[in-house]
Amino acid sequence: MNKFQQELKNGNFVISECINCEQVVWPTSNYCNLCHNRTTWRNAKKTGKIIEFSKKNEEYFGLVEIEENLRIMGKILGNDTPVIEQVVHVENCSFVKTPEFTFKLISN
Amino acid sequence: MKKIGVAGYGSTKFSKHETPIEELLVESTKQLFETTPNLSQDLIDGVLVSTNDNSKYLAAILSEMNGIKPKISHTIEHLCSSGTNAVISAFSYIRSGLADVILVTGGDVIGNPGQVLEWDNSRGQFNHPIYWGSMFTKAYKRKFNTTEEELAIVSAKNHRQAIDNPNSYSHEPYTISQILNSKIITDDLRMLDCSYPCSGGSSILLASEDVIKKFTDTPIWISGIGQKTNSASFTKNDLTMLSSTVYASNDAYKMSNITPSQIDVAEIHDAFSVCELMAVNDLGLSDKDSATEFVRNLFNTENRKINPRGGLIGAGHPLGATGISQIIEVTQQLQNCAQKRQIDNTQKGLVHNMSAAATSSTVLILES
Repeated sequence: MNKFQQELKNGNFVISECINCEQVVWPTSNYCNLCHNRTTWRNAKKTGKIIEFSKKNEEYFGLVEIEENLRIMGKILGNDTPVIEQVVHVENCSFVKTPEFTFKLISN
Repeated sequence: MKKIGVAGYGSTKFSKHETPIEELLVESTKQLFETTPNLSQDLIDGVLVSTNDNSKYLAAILSEMNGIKPKISHTIEHLCSSGTNAVISAFSYIRSGLADVILVTGGDVIGNPGQVLEWDNSRGQFNHPIYWGSMFTKAYKRKFNTTEEELAIVSAKNHRQAIDNPNSYSHEPYTISQILNSKIITDDLRMLDCSYPCSGGSSILLASEDVIKKFTDTPIWISGIGQKTNSASFTKNDLTMLSSTVYASNDAYKMSNITPSQIDVAEIHDAFSVCELMAVNDLGLSDKDSATEFVRNLFNTENRKINPRGGLIGAGHPLGATGISQIIEVTQQLQNCAQKRQIDNTQKGLVHNMSAAATSSTVLILES
């Protein structure tokens, strides 16, 4: 289990970034994919925007952009139909067999 | 430079049976040996196996099961495009002079582990292909105002074409209405919009122009190759364009010195209905942004130019065998021996094979 997964298991959404290249390295890695320097870890932002979504069994899911170069799939809570670019909040994150993210719609 | 071509081929029927991988591989090679004149084990310099199966040492196993003692043998895995990747490796061995004749055999068993890329944490719990398929479909419908009926036409066409493919897992002539009313997978995907993982094995024999006439009077040459890998993770890529396919096809057209308008037949990686619409546009086979009209016209006129064997949706998708099966279909079309599936006057064909939501693509040009 890597650091990203271990932290998720504790409810922490951490990501790797390269200070040298000023970029998030995603999916996470111990090394920057540009300069190969060791990355540092920090908490990810708690909000993002919807890039695309669909619905399965009455539950919305979709692709959310948390910050530049960092998109992730997760559940989208709420009965309202999401809107592209709508802001969402990272409501919950965990790791069971895979990373699991739940987002909550917070504005239109 | 030395030309390299397809000298022989063989394939199992695609099915839902849990046949052991070794049996699938050897069954397809058995057919290849039976149908390729003058082929004996000692003439084969290399044996490459394309698969996502977890079994080890399959190229050596297949060699032993066929009585071959090759100079080169190993497995190639690249998810859904393992087959065409193995063919390109074989091509390179021959072009380099390390080999003259290589057997490439691909196969996978239903339920193989190649459907899920566990490394890709960006997919979260939505790591099955239906989720990227849903994202592609929703985004494509949004951008091009594509209707569900227009998507269903892809599936109806490919299922209809698969009826004449004796190796296809499906021979059901699904109507547009049946497709639109098939099981709901997500809001944007019906069951019959999806290709179906299944069991199957396919083999081709590649040979250099120095020796190929020993095996066939009608060699089909690989004249163009293009490959591009953008990433392994799904979430970095455009949802309405197969950019790796654009890159790969540009390189393949350039290498073969032809234009898309010269393509007479194409096997397209229709993992989901929307993928065929995206691919015909991104390969330059349809006029720009008119893929739905292009495919609708093929359907209405019963023109088999795209996916004559039924594509992945109609024929089934045994991952490691798929790319090789696509090459066999185009080869048969160019040899004018595709029986009921035959398209008139085919001289140039294209194979499009991709992996993991088009994070990588392979395009081959074949010519008679």
